Amino acid sequence: MINDNANLFLIFGIFTIILGVCGFYCIMVTKNFIRALIGLEILTKAVTLLIIAAGYVSNRIALAQSMVITLIVVEVVVISVAAGIVFGVFKQIGSLNITKMRNLKG
Amino acid sequence: MILTLILLTLLVLAAVWTVMTRSLMMSAVGLALTSVILSIIIFTLNSPLAGVFELSVCAGLITVVFISTMSLTKPITRTEFKKQTKDRIKRYWYMPVIIILIGLGCALMLTAPDLKPLTPAIENDVRNVMWKVRQTDVLGQIIILLAGVFGVVVLFKERKKND
Repeated sequence: MINDNANLFLIFGIFTIILGVCGFYCIMVTKNFIRALIGLEILTKAVTLLIIAAGYVSNRIALAQSMVITLIVVEVVVISVAAGIVFGVFKQIGSLNITKMRNLKG
Repeated sequence: MILTLILLTLLVLAAVWTVMTRSLMMSAVGLALTSVILSIIIFTLNSPLAGVFELSVCAGLITVVFISTMSLTKPITRTEFKKQTKDRIKRYWYMPVIIILIGLGCALMLTAPDLKPLTPAIENDVRNVMWKVRQTDVLGQIIILLAGVFGVVVLFKERKKND
């Protein structure tokens, strides 16, 4: 039983790392604001997966669900505010390209 | 175990497609697909409440937010699109290679963790955990939601012409 759970956690851990790499790569390589947010979302998915797997393996699934719900609430707020910021930047510079964001104050 | 492996592989494929697809709209749809697959995985791990949240909020609400943002902003022209396509291939073709290499490396190098024998959980009901054990989290959620609402209101507020 313990060995099964350890192997299951290992598999989830590997897939979490892969998803995390996916999200990081997206954020690093993209030149589009919205795609950077999508990369952030993928990173959050990786964290959600790891929390749920840890809760399942350690027999604390209720606690894990509670933390995932908190994570989802925070994620929605972050994405909504970030979408507002993206729209504000678009109104200022007329483009979603990060490389064109050079003439702001500060 | 096999079902979990298939679902996890589908999850990674959906995430890769989300990152690599050219159209931003298809990228948002791919993100929703990733969320749906993740919520199925969460359901299979005996966590229905978190699965429902993931399905309704992440696959639904966040996709709507992304698509609304895209519709409020100007689409790129055909010439820009062609130029970006050539540029994108150069930047993104490394990703599948890196993912496969990292996946293989992790599978070969990492070993299963040494877990302690399981102890019974103090509380097994999510509602009790949420409202009694993790009360501070609920307070934090309320504060963050209020901060988000104020943030969005300030961002979308129309400025006076004198400013």
